[in-house]
Amino acid sequence: MNGAQDMGGMMGFGPVLAEQDEPVFHAPWERRAFALTLAMGAPGGWNIDQSRAARESLSPTEYLAKSYYEIWIAGLEKLMAERGLVGSDEIEAGKSLHAPKAVPRVLSAERVPAVLASGGPTQRIAVAPQLFQIGQHVRAHNVHPAGHTRLPRYVRGRVGTITHVHGAHVHPDSNAAGRGENPQWLYTVRFSARELWGEAADPTGTVSVDAWESYLEPR
Amino acid sequence: MHDDHDHDHDHGSHLSDMELRVRALESILVEKGYVDPKALDVLIETYETKVGPHNGAKVVAKAWTDPHYKARLLKDATAAIAELGFMGRQGEHMVAVENTLLVHNLVVCTLCSCYPWPVLGLPPVWYKSAPYRSRAVIDPRSVLADFGVALPSDKEIRVWDSTAEIRYLVLPERPAGADDWGEAELAALVTRDSMIGTGLAKVPGEIS
Repeated sequence: MNGAQDMGGMMGFGPVLAEQDEPVFHAPWERRAFALTLAMGAPGGWNIDQSRAARESLSPTEYLAKSYYEIWIAGLEKLMAERGLVGSDEIEAGKSLHAPKAVPRVLSAERVPAVLASGGPTQRIAVAPQLFQIGQHVRAHNVHPAGHTRLPRYVRGRVGTITHVHGAHVHPDSNAAGRGENPQWLYTVRFSARELWGEAADPTGTVSVDAWESYLEPR
Repeated sequence: MHDDHDHDHDHGSHLSDMELRVRALESILVEKGYVDPKALDVLIETYETKVGPHNGAKVVAKAWTDPHYKARLLKDATAAIAELGFMGRQGEHMVAVENTLLVHNLVVCTLCSCYPWPVLGLPPVWYKSAPYRSRAVIDPRSVLADFGVALPSDKEIRVWDSTAEIRYLVLPERPAGADDWGEAELAALVTRDSMIGTGLAKVPGEIS
């Protein structure tokens, strides 16, 4: 979706403001928002691509007005409402109004270290031959999917070079839409800054993105 | 994504809207039996006190002192980083990129906030902010200038946009003047920003 999350190349946001001795969280609620989001992955059963899609589904106006963890909470509320885990009426009332739904599992304190240590690897066994080779020139498709995608707007239609092959990985567009993991070959594609941004760009600069095979076409 | 990140507006002694909303949400989720509040405490404690840039600094210091380790890191960063016990969530598939005399690497996630948690912890606010995400890919030198970093104009800047589940760690250049330093001393020169590419490693005179 061509949403506000796809920020590469936008202008006018001002300088990057780094904070000295920045704390990990800036308010007590941010701590809980972070932990609730991680913990709800177990009973919620959604995948990381669905989490990202939920956050990106905010209107650009809302997305840009909210702070980072406000976006997380909005995404979490949406994911829970879609699955009937917590209703918007309950969010509004600030209390539980309906019986809980049966959930597959709950994250216990004891399981946290093991769950974090195993993470969520996305590499899968390849089910199709690898189409592109290192050094090959490819063009990113000029596509504008209405759903979740990880192909940023600023590379669409542009030509780059394959520099890395990462094996087959879960395809986010498919996984976010609930159509299954459908793993595809994942490549790093390096674009020259001039290809992306024109002749005024730094002549030696490059930008690399990680792109699934279906995002690319041979040049 | 505005930068006024602390929404703890002080309405007298009242809590902020977000504080109230998230508290209510937590109590709903606990009451429904979806969430164990002790698990929340462990998650918070992990990322506030255990996981952070000190992990990545160990990786970098080891790569600076052990050429075999550095070769392994550049070939298969996930495995090399796991040798030091750092692995898992948001670091499942790692790639290390090396800064040299000729090349400077800078890591961003223009689409969200992808960041190598096991080696750097949770990202700072600026990394997740619109100014950084928008400008790192189109004008990285001006972003570096925001951090007080000026590189020679002929130095190649390679920007890595973390659009998949590959997570990038920058291996900064080893500063001069610390030739006889051991791993633990060298780790003190390695800043978080130097492992993102928005900074350089400290030089020996910068630390006491």
